[in-house]
Amino acid sequence: MRPAGDTAGTRAGHLAGIYPALMIGIFFLIPFALMLAVSVAHRVPDGFYEFAFEADNYRRIFEPVYLRTTLFSVGIAALVAAICIAIGFPFTYHLTRLPRRAQVLWLIFILAVLSLSEVLIAFCWQVLLSRTAGIGNVAVWLGLVERASSFYPSFGAVVLALVYLVLPYSVLVLYPPLSRLEPEIPEAARMLGASPLRTFFGTVVPVMRPAITAAAIMIFVFTIGAYLIPQVLGKPEHWTLSVLITDQAVFNANMPFAAALASFLMAITVVLVMAVLWLERRQEAA
Amino acid sequence: MRLLRTAFMTLVAVFLALPLIVIAGISLNEKRFLSFPPEGLSLRWYGELFADAGWLAAVERSLIVATLAGLLALTIAVPIAYLLWRHGLAYAKALYGLGIAPFMLPPVILALGYLIFWTSAGNHGQLENVVIAHAIFLTALPLITTSLGFEAINREVVEAARTMGAGEITVVRTVILPLIRPYMLSGFAFAYVLSLNEYIIAFMTVGFTYETLPVKIFNALRYGYSPVMAVVAVLFMAMSVTIFGLIARFGDLPRLLGAWAAKED
Repeated sequence: MRPAGDTAGTRAGHLAGIYPALMIGIFFLIPFALMLAVSVAHRVPDGFYEFAFEADNYRRIFEPVYLRTTLFSVGIAALVAAICIAIGFPFTYHLTRLPRRAQVLWLIFILAVLSLSEVLIAFCWQVLLSRTAGIGNVAVWLGLVERASSFYPSFGAVVLALVYLVLPYSVLVLYPPLSRLEPEIPEAARMLGASPLRTFFGTVVPVMRPAITAAAIMIFVFTIGAYLIPQVLGKPEHWTLSVLITDQAVFNANMPFAAALASFLMAITVVLVMAVLWLERRQEAA
Repeated sequence: MRLLRTAFMTLVAVFLALPLIVIAGISLNEKRFLSFPPEGLSLRWYGELFADAGWLAAVERSLIVATLAGLLALTIAVPIAYLLWRHGLAYAKALYGLGIAPFMLPPVILALGYLIFWTSAGNHGQLENVVIAHAIFLTALPLITTSLGFEAINREVVEAARTMGAGEITVVRTVILPLIRPYMLSGFAFAYVLSLNEYIIAFMTVGFTYETLPVKIFNALRYGYSPVMAVVAVLFMAMSVTIFGLIARFGDLPRLLGAWAAKED
């Protein structure tokens, strides 16, 4: 039985829910629905659109340029996610084994890097990879090479900066599950004579598989949303869908096509994420 | 093995620190154009920032947007987290999911949605456009931290207050709020710092009328470079470190980031 005052309290509680529901409804669901509506709208030459229901914008996505960009975006996001897990997972594992004080210092550092704007990251790597002031000069100074050269724009530069952008996120996503990992599990493996590497891959990694999948998905989505780094550090063939969407919306004023591309990006993201989750679940069941 | 581990951790630290070192170096470099090795140390560009109305205005705009967006995000997040914890209702769960979703989508999608939304609403380039957009985008952060805060509350304390005759509002004000205040503060801080640094949504909502700092930096990067950019970056970096340092000093940072209950060395 509920105490008498509780129904009134529950009602007050429901009232408290109206405001966030309104905010999210008006300022998230409506813009989102509008974008979907505009994606099938008809473009009027002067840069505007009228509502219609046509698939032309979507048909255009299947032109080779956009298909190639899509494949490239998905590919580079998957590559960056793989690299980030390969570095971020062992890193975070060791981080959670450190004394608490050291952990706190590391976390402050990682949060500070995480909050660094994509603009600044692009700019920093541009300098680091430049001919005049970049790391190439260190090689010259060490006598390794004759003359410094520029390392961007290039695919490698884009990948490097993207890894830098999302590595802190991968650490923060892996941190909670890894810090909850009972130290007894790896200890038991060690006691039974497993080498440290074997302990890591034989006990820690399998236990953490769902967490790794979740982290990989999140990194994938963050990377596919990167906009400035491909533009600043890559050649046009390294541009991602995000760059093309912004181009269409802001510089070509073709809102319907931009919206169609954005909906398409959203759809592939969702489909890929669900596919990974489904595969994961199937493996777990097997 | 221990050596290998230390080497690995150091390597990651160097990788993460490298751009920061470079940017600090540029901000202190005497010459306008970059060279290696750096020539001459000076605080000249720091002086230039504080003498340049354009840069200062962008800093001010970014601080205003981040403060308002952070507060607005908090007002959306706290009731959801509270409802979910207190009543566990299905619609509170749905709201929680919807509150997290914007942060999980590629931001360009959200940015485009807002561009269309504000254009349709006939509200061009206003401050509130970016404040609301950032608040919705970043609601996920205070939502996560305050939910952790509510989970940490001992329900017996709340029951005790209720048994002694306190109404729902009194319980919230005197028992619950003080307990989750640190989590609210850190949620606000996360949203604040990320809003300060966000580019694409700010660009698409108010990029041409209310130039925030990241937008200004990118424009500077495209149309002629100035070491003042590096100064701004260093100051922002220092601010992030201070904010997160304060959170760590007065709160339990590992706990806030989702580590299991505090353990002492």
